[in-house]
Amino acid sequence: MPGKLKVKIVAGRHLPVMDRASDLTDAFVEVKFGNTTFKTDVYLKSLNPQWNSEWFKFEVDDEDLQDEPLQITVLDHDTYSANDAIGKVYIDIDPLLYSEAATVISGWFPIYDTIHGIRGEINVVVKVDLFNDLNRFRQSSCGVKFFCTTSIPKCYRAVVIHGFVEELVVNEDPEYQWIDRIRTPRASNEARQRLISLMSGELQRKIGLKVLEMRGNAVVGYLQCFDLEGESGLVVRAIGTACTLDKLSSPAAFLPACNSPSKEMKESPFNEDPNPNPHSSGPSTPLKNQTYSFSPSKSYSRQSSSSDTDLSLTPKTGTGSGSAGKEGGPLKALLRQQTQSALEQREFPFLTLTAFPPGLLVHVGGVVSARSVKLLDRIHNPAFVGIMGNTRSYKLLDWNSFNSDEPETRDAWWAEIRQEIKSHAKALGCHAVVGYSESTSICEEVCILSASGTAAVLNPRFLQEGTVEGSLEQRIEENLPVGCGFCHIPYDELNMPFPAHLTYCYNCRKQKVPDVLFTTIDLPTDAVVVGKGCLIQARLCRLKKKAQAEANATAISNLLPFMEYEVHTQLMNKLKLKGMNALFGLRIQITVGENMLMGLASATGVYLAALPTPGGIQIAGKTPNDGSYEQHISHMQKKINDTIAKNKELYEINPPEVSEEIIGSPIPEPRQRSRLLRSQSESSDEVTELDLSHGKKDAFVLEIDDADAMEDVHSLLTDVPPPSGFYSCNTEIMPGINNWTSEIQMFTSVRVVRLSSLNLTNQALNKNFNGLCENLLKSLYFKLRSMTPCCLCHVNFTVSLPEDELIQVTVTAVAITFDKNQALQTTKAHAEKSLQRASADNEEMLQFPLELCSDSLPSHAFPAAKEHLESASSNSGTPAAQRATSVDYSSFADRCSSWIELIKLKAQTIRRGSIKTTVTVEKASPMGDGNFRNRSAPPCASSTVGVVKMTPLSFIPGAKITKYLGIINMFFIRETTSLREEGGVSGFLHAFIAEVFAMVRAHVAALGGNAVVSYIMKQCVFMENPSKNQAQCLINVSGDAVVFVRESDLEVMSAQQPAVNCQPSCTGEVTT
Amino acid sequence: MTSELDIFVGNTTLIDEDVYRLWLDGYSVNDAVALRVRSGILEQTGATAGVLQSDTMDHYRTFHMLERLLHAPPKLLHQLIFQIPPSRQALLIERYYTFDEAFVREVLGKKLSKGTKKDLDDISTKTGITLKSCRRQFDNFKRVFKVVEEMRGSLVDNIQQHFLLSDRLARDYAAIVFFANNRFETGKKKLQYLSFGDFAFCAELMIQNWTLGAVDSQMDDMDVDLDKEFLQDLKELKVLVADKDLLDLHKSLVCTVLRGKLSVFSEMETNFKNLSRGLVNVAAKLTHNKDVRDLFVDLVEKFVEPCRSDHWPLSDVRLFLTQYSVSVHSLDGFRHQVLWDRYMGTLRGCLLRLYHD
Repeated sequence: MPGKLKVKIVAGRHLPVMDRASDLTDAFVEVKFGNTTFKTDVYLKSLNPQWNSEWFKFEVDDEDLQDEPLQITVLDHDTYSANDAIGKVYIDIDPLLYSEAATVISGWFPIYDTIHGIRGEINVVVKVDLFNDLNRFRQSSCGVKFFCTTSIPKCYRAVVIHGFVEELVVNEDPEYQWIDRIRTPRASNEARQRLISLMSGELQRKIGLKVLEMRGNAVVGYLQCFDLEGESGLVVRAIGTACTLDKLSSPAAFLPACNSPSKEMKESPFNEDPNPNPHSSGPSTPLKNQTYSFSPSKSYSRQSSSSDTDLSLTPKTGTGSGSAGKEGGPLKALLRQQTQSALEQREFPFLTLTAFPPGLLVHVGGVVSARSVKLLDRIHNPAFVGIMGNTRSYKLLDWNSFNSDEPETRDAWWAEIRQEIKSHAKALGCHAVVGYSESTSICEEVCILSASGTAAVLNPRFLQEGTVEGSLEQRIEENLPVGCGFCHIPYDELNMPFPAHLTYCYNCRKQKVPDVLFTTIDLPTDAVVVGKGCLIQARLCRLKKKAQAEANATAISNLLPFMEYEVHTQLMNKLKLKGMNALFGLRIQITVGENMLMGLASATGVYLAALPTPGGIQIAGKTPNDGSYEQHISHMQKKINDTIAKNKELYEINPPEVSEEIIGSPIPEPRQRSRLLRSQSESSDEVTELDLSHGKKDAFVLEIDDADAMEDVHSLLTDVPPPSGFYSCNTEIMPGINNWTSEIQMFTSVRVVRLSSLNLTNQALNKNFNGLCENLLKSLYFKLRSMTPCCLCHVNFTVSLPEDELIQVTVTAVAITFDKNQALQTTKAHAEKSLQRASADNEEMLQFPLELCSDSLPSHAFPAAKEHLESASSNSGTPAAQRATSVDYSSFADRCSSWIELIKLKAQTIRRGSIKTTVTVEKASPMGDGNFRNRSAPPCASSTVGVVKMTPLSFIPGAKITKYLGIINMFFIRETTSLREEGGVSGFLHAFIAEVFAMVRAHVAALGGNAVVSYIMKQCVFMENPSKNQAQCLINVSGDAVVFVRESDLEVMSAQQPAVNCQPSCTGEVTT
Repeated sequence: MTSELDIFVGNTTLIDEDVYRLWLDGYSVNDAVALRVRSGILEQTGATAGVLQSDTMDHYRTFHMLERLLHAPPKLLHQLIFQIPPSRQALLIERYYTFDEAFVREVLGKKLSKGTKKDLDDISTKTGITLKSCRRQFDNFKRVFKVVEEMRGSLVDNIQQHFLLSDRLARDYAAIVFFANNRFETGKKKLQYLSFGDFAFCAELMIQNWTLGAVDSQMDDMDVDLDKEFLQDLKELKVLVADKDLLDLHKSLVCTVLRGKLSVFSEMETNFKNLSRGLVNVAAKLTHNKDVRDLFVDLVEKFVEPCRSDHWPLSDVRLFLTQYSVSVHSLDGFRHQVLWDRYMGTLRGCLLRLYHD
């Protein structure tokens, strides 16, 4: 009997009136866990009952503890008829199952009813006593920590990153069971909520088991999704990155809460070291759980019949440490060799992380993605798998049919996609995929499975156990140029997987870099960026004939490559229009509907100093003889050039230009230029500093040969930049802004539009969709205007097509204020901080901040360095003299792959030679210690409800996260049969989303937390039937409950009680 | 392309003060959008009319959802659905309970139980305040009245505690509740020159001195009802005008002191008996509910108007009233000094406030 769950029902408040006669309620509570139910007494005639019950005790297996939610039902006692349910509270007790997290759940929970919404609140206390159980063959995985955050959580250190874990479970959807015909909507909704809760628990437990097998103790970047497949069932699936985390015990200054283990810390069944060495800045024993004896995975992991991706786990130790010693050989090869040994044994060397510990990410290859169209009904169907990003090779595959009722089927589907991703990564010379994610889009019986990530080369140090650390790290960092290493190509330049233009890195001059870089990860914190970033979206609609089953799947498969291509082209054009050269956080969503496909790609564009200056966009007409046409073309060209110039100004992209310099010898072009349409190569005219004639150099030629292309160009120009004071990005941090202040506002906005005309064209559709997204953004800017200057971060668009002519767009993001005037000051502060952290950094890194400290520019060979650049620096690799001489060369490339020629042919002429290498150092670390001068006002005493912040980011500006309390993963259904009375669809959904926020906040507060980080609304499925006055909505949200302490408070606290565990922060009273 | 659904939900509920005002003023979404457009917001922000419409709708929906909570402000503080900073909560409540001068003058002293739609319709037409806003204000009065009507303790404190209003607003509501409970007539034509502030001032004085709570703070502490015993006793004052000798003596005492000090001395001298009779008769009549209701009418008729027609300056009125009340202490035959002070002290304050154009 490994666990005892104790529950106490304290009181209720604001209950609804259940007895019309007395205007009061006779409430009592049922507490249910598993199959055991307890009841409180009936508290007569009160809307604020005080039950003050005894402790209800459930003695249960820890397996059940993980799977089952605690279910609390509030009812109105009725002597004569059946008791009326007021509402329910589901409490996930998982956070109580591992040490370091919450020890008690206690607080006011909204009582939720799927028909009426929130109806009052109930005060509940929950505790768990776990008994030690070292049974090796157990099915539970208590003690494994889960994090939604896609980076190493702030108060932890990654000892080993083990790799990819995945699992899925399948069940029948209660909504489609026969019994649903006779039960009430409420019963059906509750059955569904409960089932998904159960399945989530089971899934998490199984993933936990896999992590234990891999000898990890945590899952980072945990992403759980459910697929509503209708008749064919309900799939809950999850992916994550298994890690061994070590609680950080920073010396004195910060994180007092992390220092001492909580007194109430439970005995974990998992032999995790509860008391990490408080001064181990370097890892002492990476393997904390050595008592946990390891046996071949097959022996005990497969009692579950579900997901069965074979994970060959036992990494060969020794290789890493062995090769760490021999240094000096070609580093890339060495790394590859090591990474290979560490990662290749894993079936899928994927990481769901988007931000990495320093030194882990060595090179980035580019975006890899794969999609496949499946029929949810045991039918043969052609499948399509593509890869996109910097590589474009498409294949059509025929796959065998699968029995869709078994989880193995879904598993196999995903396994194939993952395999595809893996091979794409290999083609890019990479052994790992980072920033990996998976998604589905379902319409009737057709399902598009998508996976994407960024091919990368990783430093094996983190991926192996038992590696002798320190020495390797040191060497690698000495050899890797700061801030540009990840841009260097991982593949062999003579044997490139796709046509690309390589130049020597503009930062270090040593390695080759591509001309553009697309990734799904966050901008690495040490990346050198010029100016600010911005949100870039590509939007696309394609009409499709309505079809059934196989024909439908085929039609979709045929459309997909064209969509991918167009999305990519749009992204590329918009990127160039912004004058930038790299995309981060790229997320391409393809949504399937009855009669159309929608593509929406979002990413954050930046100008990486290491990459060449992007060329402009040149328009070319087909009929050069027509005078008016020519005029029109030149007019458009002018507009485009103006836009680029404007954007450069807006985003402060001023890559310092030095007229004459050497970038090394021209890189030999491996490809022939046989299919070139145009080329341009004129003599250097870069004498003028402010030459903005993009049409003349580095041109990306847009051929206007038909109305479609015209439309494309027009749509390029319709994107309106955000109003002044606003910036937006879809990554964690905004490149180029680092002086965040503490005000944050997370929000969700939903729009549904009905397309009016029946005979829509693709163009009209595109226009509508574009308008929808642009208007939505405009609305956001308008609503948040009081927060300026501010930045919308982690802007996450989701598109769905709930019905024939309906388009639903859901946006979740957070607005963060920043201080315009503090840039310089904070840079200095940052520099000082970096100095303090000198022990960790090597000397080369330190040179940056040191130079920043002195206001005068160091005497570099850059006469043209502009004075508004705060700092000018470059890496020390190339002698300045060498850079001063110039080489003028031009090259051309054909960016089109053969398969796509039938659509359009676009050419790019590349010309280089005028790019200067002065570099702006903008450390974009949001948590940049001491960057926050603005402190929030002291909390107002009159507030009785503690403030809980929510953010999709992994951090809270101006604050330190001191404790992770556990994962929040909640699923709600809301239904109404009185839609009009509730204010129509808008009123209904507005209220529901507000209620979801409230329930998330209440759970976090009950855990003792004051914020949710890495919050994400994974699903928002809205269905309406206005004629019947009905609507239904399903929402799935998740995030990490945390305790944060304002940095200002921290200083005070650490001064007052240096070594005391900062309990006050855990009481939930910390308000801001 | 038509918008079916369009919402924005923030973790911290966004409150736009300008839109809140428009909503409180009872404007429809379309009218509110039109008014916002006229305010020049589009030019300031570069937004489009569509954006404005969507924004206004969002705010209106939020306010609509908040309204239920605003009916019991402590609920707004304890609820979990909307995360609103305390300062904003206070603003929401205060603004919601703020009323229009024009409206309150129409309903002050009227029975609050039956605010028929027709009555409010008329008020709306008369004052130019939207019917929706009239309804909200009326319902606020009614709600506050219902909650504190039977409550013990200080009226202002009760209102503040249950509706979390500012001191200023709580005092106003105390006056409204007091007037509604005692049904003072305020709508007569001759009372039109009086502002709500004038009445509120009087109400406060009367609550302080003439209610049950005024005498005994522990027992039967009711601020809303006038002290019935006190009103009964006021009949005793009649002797001041009924007894001819007493009246003459009173007059001579006052005149002796005020001679040469008043610019309107002769007018005062000739009118003294009328004025005194008026004031004392008002007191004596207060035993009847109907006469209580007419208190302000009587005061204006019997005192304010005669003085005004003789162009008494306010300073003279003050001097006269002071002397008039004080002199009674020198009347040997008069035994109800305490009663007189309780009556006249309040009345003097009221009359001075009521005495203006």
